[in-house]
Amino acid sequence: MTTYLPATRRRPGTDAPLARRRLVTNAGPADVLFRAVARGGGSLVLVLMVMVGTFLAYRAWEALRVAGFSFVTTQDWNPDGGGFGIAAVIVGTVLIALVAIAAAVPLALGAALYIAEYAPRWLRRTLIAVVDLMAAVPSVVYGLWGAFFLQWRVVGLSRWISDWFGWIPVFRVDGVQRHDPLTTATAYTSSTFIAGIVVALMVAPIACSIMREAFSLAPAGEREGAYALGATRWGMIRRVVLPFGRGAIIGGTMLGLGRALGETIAVVMIISPRFIIQPHILENGTSSVSSLIALRYGESSPFGISALMAAGVALFVLTLIVNFLAAWVVSRSRSGAVSEV
Amino acid sequence: MTVLDRAQPPAVNTPVTQVPPRPAGLPPQIRRRTRGLRRTDWLAVLGASAAASAATGVLWMQLGPFTGLLGYVVVTWLVLVGCYALLISFDENLSAMRDRVASLAVHSLGLVLLLALLFVIGYTLLRGWHALVHLNFFTQDLRSTQATDPLTRGGVVHAVAGTLIELAIALGLAVPLGLLAAVYLHEVPGPFSRFLRTVVEAMTALPDIIAGLFIYATLVLIFRLGPSGLAAGAALGVTIVPIITRAADVVLRLVPGSLKEASFALGASRWRTTWYVLLPSARSGLATAVILGAARAIGETSPVLLVAGATGYLNLNPLHGSMMSLPLLAFTLVQSPEHNEVARGFGAALVLLVLVVVLFVITRVIGGRAPGDLSARQRRRRATASQRDAARIAQRRGGRVVTYAPTTPTTAPLEHP
Repeated sequence: MTTYLPATRRRPGTDAPLARRRLVTNAGPADVLFRAVARGGGSLVLVLMVMVGTFLAYRAWEALRVAGFSFVTTQDWNPDGGGFGIAAVIVGTVLIALVAIAAAVPLALGAALYIAEYAPRWLRRTLIAVVDLMAAVPSVVYGLWGAFFLQWRVVGLSRWISDWFGWIPVFRVDGVQRHDPLTTATAYTSSTFIAGIVVALMVAPIACSIMREAFSLAPAGEREGAYALGATRWGMIRRVVLPFGRGAIIGGTMLGLGRALGETIAVVMIISPRFIIQPHILENGTSSVSSLIALRYGESSPFGISALMAAGVALFVLTLIVNFLAAWVVSRSRSGAVSEV
Repeated sequence: MTVLDRAQPPAVNTPVTQVPPRPAGLPPQIRRRTRGLRRTDWLAVLGASAAASAATGVLWMQLGPFTGLLGYVVVTWLVLVGCYALLISFDENLSAMRDRVASLAVHSLGLVLLLALLFVIGYTLLRGWHALVHLNFFTQDLRSTQATDPLTRGGVVHAVAGTLIELAIALGLAVPLGLLAAVYLHEVPGPFSRFLRTVVEAMTALPDIIAGLFIYATLVLIFRLGPSGLAAGAALGVTIVPIITRAADVVLRLVPGSLKEASFALGASRWRTTWYVLLPSARSGLATAVILGAARAIGETSPVLLVAGATGYLNLNPLHGSMMSLPLLAFTLVQSPEHNEVARGFGAALVLLVLVVVLFVITRVIGGRAPGDLSARQRRRRATASQRDAARIAQRRGGRVVTYAPTTPTTAPLEHP
């Protein structure tokens, strides 16, 4: 079959070809209105999000002006008489989040690989539903479990770690004799470690769900190629699935980190607040920004509220940085791209 | 191409695979199993776990000063991996050994996570059950209930009502805004919508307490709105706007471009395409997005903690007075030293969990369908509508033929589209 192109149209009387036609969409009034409304909705969401930051900063300004740079270095929280600062709570927040991520990422990765690669087909849909459901379970439920069940049962593990690995500064517990069976269990409860484990269970389903989705999208052609070259199943996973899902692994981790940094209720229910920099994760007493706000907002003077807003701004900036990094990493990766095969 | 019938040689150009005849006297061939577990695989796992638990048991009870069940399980698992690797290495090569050990690790990690998650739910179920079996738990509030009162007095109806009212306010705020923003992201591409998408993605993990602080800084401090259901609903709405926007954006991107192009080709405007093609095609996905947001909003405690206030009274007016919600109630009750209060708290958490599960099941039932993938009923309805259209068109064409071209068969080519 042949396609005949019409001869190039000439402008009458000259040799010059006709100028390229400009394509114009003539949007009717309904379309103009539609675009305006959609643009308005989008802008409203943006304004709302920007307003969250601005209003917090505006309210925090009073406290920040008084505290100055010492806001970053002070550990104590005493806005109405003496110094206040976020040094202790930010460190506590980051430590809880790091413990949570350290526990959650291997679990999430293992579960995601199991669901995407190992689980039999009939089980897979159920497991996906379970993990997605767990991501929607309210944090207060995890908090209840942590405070009433895990708290006293994990003491043995905490004691064991601190007895045998106490020479690593992070695992040391001050004021406790090593191998002393008479040590009260309360030295080990309400710690960063326990809060971190509970938060880990909360963020693991979220991270798992993201990773699982990317793993299951790994191109079939490349999988079969790996098998054809004689790879074992693990060899295929290491060379095809994991590199393909690397962006999702990092992105899921970062998203989990963002959630872990901001988690409030589960942390409040477990820790006993203490406003010093607490690098010993097994020891009783720590603090986090969100739990500070939740515990102190009720009893605060207007200036105290302003100081809490300042702490909120610090948390906001921290999570925003983490989330932007996550979005950037995910958008740069190949995850989810369709294979050319 | 494999040719088995060698009596007739094929045409010259066709490549031929010659299958040599099978020598006589060999045993019959048995199809090899290439997947599934062999007996030795099971035996290796069982043997390794027996060895591991016995070795750790000796270590725990006889040799070392170790205590605690959790530590026992962890050490057993580590020994198990070692033993298993050793057993496999007796009759496999290195890469097969790595494969087996990795498989064991992945299986156990997945199992641990799933068991832990199910256990969290099971524990709440177990502890909350005592409160739930009393009918008054669903018909009374806590206005006259003392902490020491038995479980046969007092209930959570005020918190259920508060949760539902706050949820309605939050959805009323977040659903139009979120869906509109998602449509904007999808329909009006450009640098601004790219920027908006980045902001929304970063805001998805906005700490919930920040939303509470924001509402506190605006509605409470500036507009002098006291602790109320409206403030709590607004805080929840701010929390879930980015979640709904993001989920809806992802769903809209899944609508096949050909559907939209077909609509444009028929001369529909952008607005009509969005309203009659884009949104209906993505309807189930959009519903999923909304319900996901609702599940998140229903369980959030911290925004509510800041702006709703706590009360034991049933309050149906969102504009005035404190309003209790289920997560906040659970959080408040379990801080009491009284056994019955804690039981009520677990009961409230269980009711909340049931609400979330119901929302989740609804998501599973209506969601999960790709755009254009219709249920049987929808397909029947479409077929009926399309027959009606066909009848209408035929009728109109008949009219036209009569009016404009009574004798000439101008419509003939249309008979064979």
